[in-house]
Amino acid sequence: MKSLNTYMTSYSLHPDTWVDQYADYLFNYAVTRVSDAEIAKDIVQETFLAGLKSAKNFKGDAAERTWLIAILKRKVIDHYRKINSNKGKAEVRMSYNSSSDEDGDWLEEQVADPFSVLENDEIENEELGLAIQNCIDKLPKKQARVFKMKTIQGISTEDICNELGINPSNLWVMIHRSRTALMDCLNQNWFNL
Amino acid sequence: MISCDKAALICDKAQYNEASFFEKAKLKLHMLICKACTTHAKKNATLTSLCKEAKLKSLTENEKNVMKKQIENQL
Repeated sequence: MKSLNTYMTSYSLHPDTWVDQYADYLFNYAVTRVSDAEIAKDIVQETFLAGLKSAKNFKGDAAERTWLIAILKRKVIDHYRKINSNKGKAEVRMSYNSSSDEDGDWLEEQVADPFSVLENDEIENEELGLAIQNCIDKLPKKQARVFKMKTIQGISTEDICNELGINPSNLWVMIHRSRTALMDCLNQNWFNL
Repeated sequence: MISCDKAALICDKAQYNEASFFEKAKLKLHMLICKACTTHAKKNATLTSLCKEAKLKSLTENEKNVMKKQIENQL
């Protein structure tokens, strides 16, 4: 009998394609956790460098992106450790209510409202963001780039055409193709559009 | 009357508020008689609102190039 390993796909690392393939996905992942674009960018950068350093420990039992996400999570934790390392910040203050004049003086009134949908919305939006990013990453490189510039960065048609050296009808064809592909992809992976 | 291709183009432009009033009128007229384009337009609008809702972010090309350089230096 063949060993199980022969049936399993073994993954390998290709650091030269990391930025193109995963930078935006990792960035969106990080930004929802540190809620600051600059810090998120640094964390993504650190993740790539840490990935390179520990590339020899990569066993090939997870996909590249999963592996990078695992590193990114550690980096996010490191970030919070760093900003909380000052002794004063680490202190736990036990005042159970800061302004006791307000309604909701009782602890019972301060527990999370189980019927509130706001928290769920935020989690759902984060998942939605990653689902969309996932689909964008599957587009051909140039289409993905045009779609991102137009939709996410909101650059005007004229500026994109100038920067990429294409004419507006090229641009709209690419936008149309990427939008159609995204609709299909989201249909399969997220919910019915 | 405009073709479905033309209608799709106007519909895409409308997602970025770049369709003129005249174009939008033509699209609406086309949608009265074309069921496929009506469905497509609805999906297209949903995609737009999903993208907005998700508050997607992306790194600029410059930022990515800086990252690539740093990785190359380490390789």
